[in-house]
Amino acid sequence: MKAKFLIPLVLFLALAALLGVGLGLNPKEVPSPLVGKPTPKLSLPALDDPNRIVTTEEFLGQPWLLNVWATWCVSCRAEHHLLVELSKHGNLPIVGLDYKDDAEAAKQWLRELGNPYVVTAFDEKGRIAIDWGVYGTPETYVIDKKGIIRYKQIGPLDVKTLEEKILPLLKQLQEETA
Amino acid sequence: MKPMTALLLTLMLWATAAVAGIETRAFDSPAQEQAYKELVFELRCLVCQNQNLADSNAELAVDLRNEVFRMLKEGKSKQEVLDFMVARYGNFVLYRPPVDKATSLLWFGPVVMLAIGLLIVVIFIRRHRNRPGDSSPDEVIPEDDF
Repeated sequence: MKAKFLIPLVLFLALAALLGVGLGLNPKEVPSPLVGKPTPKLSLPALDDPNRIVTTEEFLGQPWLLNVWATWCVSCRAEHHLLVELSKHGNLPIVGLDYKDDAEAAKQWLRELGNPYVVTAFDEKGRIAIDWGVYGTPETYVIDKKGIIRYKQIGPLDVKTLEEKILPLLKQLQEETA
Repeated sequence: MKPMTALLLTLMLWATAAVAGIETRAFDSPAQEQAYKELVFELRCLVCQNQNLADSNAELAVDLRNEVFRMLKEGKSKQEVLDFMVARYGNFVLYRPPVDKATSLLWFGPVVMLAIGLLIVVIFIRRHRNRPGDSSPDEVIPEDDF
């Protein structure tokens, strides 16, 4: 049987294909176990007003975004203009979560680059972010009307992700009944 | 000061700084300390993914070490700490992933590969031995030796 010679070659090609696919995956993207689950608790002072406590409950009944950022985070700067743009269109509340940051630097950042957030919760120690499974800023959570996390973006947003994933998802969430 | 001496002194200062960076923790019992050590060695740092919490100096790793310590101090069990981490970061946070559908290839793949390899070797040897007129060395050995 001549075909027998081909067996190692076929096996090799199969293995190479498998490993090739593996190389294409991004190991930094850890699937979050929180997707499909209710949001963890959020109870933090607002960045611009320490007396105002930001909670998830106040956003129930509408889809909203939670964007984790910090002034020391370089890719946060890269995605910021997209958030500003997004905040100008439609009535989607974008909530900021300022992670392990300096309050003054954060306020300065928002003044300089524009403020896309309806409110920014200030997580100085990063303790609340642990509950949300944050491990790399920026991260963006899409939350539905019932307060269930439906999607989590790890790393900066780009036009492609926004147009192909987040905006269609938000449209779908708008149509769902609360 | 000679440049060499200056360099040596600088290096020695660095060493002191490194020692000062070691975290000291007051445990309630040796068992608690043991649990802490096991946990920080078994949990993956999400930022530098090829390091465990014990190895990593990433800020998140420091926070998570503090969190592990705090939970143990509160009297939480090892399993409770692991569940806490998995609920937030998924099984990926465990360096020893549980056996389930997604990890079955990881757990049993090597055994299956070994079995396939052994099978191929056995088949190969059998064929070789049974081939009539083959002048392989094992033909010289009398049958009753087996």
